[in-house]
Amino acid sequence: MGFALQAAVRARRFDVALSMGDGETLAVLGPNGAGKSTLLALAAGLLRADAGSAELDGRSLFGPRSFLPPHRRGVCLLPQEPLLFPHLSVLDNVAFAPRSAGESRAASRASARGWLAEVEASELADKRPGQLSGGQAQRVAVARALAARPSLLLLDEPLASIDAAAAPGLRRMLRRVLAGRNAVIVTHDLLDALILADTVTVLEEGKVAEAGSTQSVVERPRSSFAAGLAGLNFVPGTSVPSGLVDAAGRRLEAVSETPLPAGVPAAAVFSPRAVSVFPAAPAGSPRNVLRVSVTDLEPHGEFVTVRAGHLSAEISTSAAAELDLGPGSEVWFTVKATAVTLYPL
Amino acid sequence: MTGIRPLTAPERVRRPRAGFSGLPPWLFLVAALGALFILLPLAAVVVRVDWSRFPELVTSESSIAALKLSLTTSAAATALCIVAGTPMALVLARSAFPGQQVLRALVLLPLVLPPVVGGIALLYTFGRQGLLGGTLRALGVEIAFSTTAVVLAQTFVALPFLVLSLEGALRSAGGRYEAVAATLGASPTTVLRRVTIPLVLPGLLSGAVLSFARALGEFGATLTFAGSLQGVTRTLPLEIYLQRETDPDAAVALSLVLVAVAVLVVGLAHRSSPPAFR
Repeated sequence: MGFALQAAVRARRFDVALSMGDGETLAVLGPNGAGKSTLLALAAGLLRADAGSAELDGRSLFGPRSFLPPHRRGVCLLPQEPLLFPHLSVLDNVAFAPRSAGESRAASRASARGWLAEVEASELADKRPGQLSGGQAQRVAVARALAARPSLLLLDEPLASIDAAAAPGLRRMLRRVLAGRNAVIVTHDLLDALILADTVTVLEEGKVAEAGSTQSVVERPRSSFAAGLAGLNFVPGTSVPSGLVDAAGRRLEAVSETPLPAGVPAAAVFSPRAVSVFPAAPAGSPRNVLRVSVTDLEPHGEFVTVRAGHLSAEISTSAAAELDLGPGSEVWFTVKATAVTLYPL
Repeated sequence: MTGIRPLTAPERVRRPRAGFSGLPPWLFLVAALGALFILLPLAAVVVRVDWSRFPELVTSESSIAALKLSLTTSAAATALCIVAGTPMALVLARSAFPGQQVLRALVLLPLVLPPVVGGIALLYTFGRQGLLGGTLRALGVEIAFSTTAVVLAQTFVALPFLVLSLEGALRSAGGRYEAVAATLGASPTTVLRRVTIPLVLPGLLSGAVLSFARALGEFGATLTFAGSLQGVTRTLPLEIYLQRETDPDAAVALSLVLVAVAVLVVGLAHRSSPPAFR
């Protein structure tokens, strides 16, 4: 039971295999162009794979010689924009799927009212889609999708086009309706993954960069993309006694969670808050010292994130002012060995 | 019209549609000349009308017969255009197959073909000596020089208008609503009926209105393929051409009737194409 897909689309350099258990929600993360939309289109039947197969609750969605058309899959796509049918009222939008399944007008409208109540949008029933705010329209789109009673729900960045004020309420509602349902949710937001999903798959350049439980991906990211989402510095390299050496030959002292043999691929991970910034090389420091060139400064509240390539440090605004930092400044990042976690990749 | 400093002139800011146009002032003069070229001949017709005889001229037996015939055949041709053109527009806009570009070009051929040539082509298809003539005769159907021939000639020249306008509407609407509808469990036929057609209805209506207008004005193909038989194949344009020889005043009066119908049709086409759904 559950959902499993393994598919390749050569023109998009897409080759992904993933699976999820019954009632699980999977979050798919990844940079733009990583293949997230391709994955959804394959599952929904809007795109044909060059090779591969997919199964949902024991039924084959597609295989080497078979292809179930979208309307027979029980897979419902919730696109980024709500795309409510503009010529139908909100109620008739939600009643669309039951009506298409052959229910009478009255019965389909009755069940539509139920689903509108489920997403806390009963009062919108008689409105036209053009009269709704972005958040309201997305709620109605969720109700319309649920009304199809899909075996698998695909959500393409459901909160991306919603203004910040409406997002928390919508996220709560999604958490409630997705519980115990098979769903794939594409998102850019780690918070969505944490709140809505059981497992996470990170796609990069059409391949699975990492997969695992949401918590393990957040705590021990195995890809620089996931580390970036989790707000962590991520240095891949090769293990040496008590640390690693990265591709540029820099050595980082680190604490390994488990004893690690030398010479295996490993990652050193540390929080930007653990990093101190110095204008000159600190003498006789027991810390890791990295000479970097500042690329960017991002102020937020009392703190400033100092970016230097793919590394970052978070320091107080006053410290940043004292250091007179700007893009191009040559500085030293230091971090205690005990603040760096090392694990094999 | 637009000044050199259109953005800073305060009176332009207050007017809702007066943004920065970016057009050089001389362009408006040339555009006005172009508009005049279209409007002046229409005004000439109005000026030339003998108003004292107008009611009598447009209600003569032959005029009424021609007008009736024109309206009924054009309506029938428009219906045929909708029935035949809608699937064509859908296939051209929403599917991909080898030779599609060539097919589109061929379908639009009647737009650029001289109508007389279209009439000859129809004659050698449906006429007694035509490609399908033998088959039709065996079925006891005689098409050439009948009212059916008028409808076919009008459909032939008007069909591209419907296909073109509907295909444009389909392309600008995009296929995203249909994709969502399919994943909601709607079969392709249901999607077509409940999503696609309602979404492009404005485009379909304006295409139908344009087809009707083109059918109403049809002359060359009709004359070649259907002839000019009063009450049977002599439509209003044919009647006007005929009257021009004997009674120029009647021709002018009937021309004005067609101008009025054309203005009405253009007005309808504009009203029935609101901004596309987003």
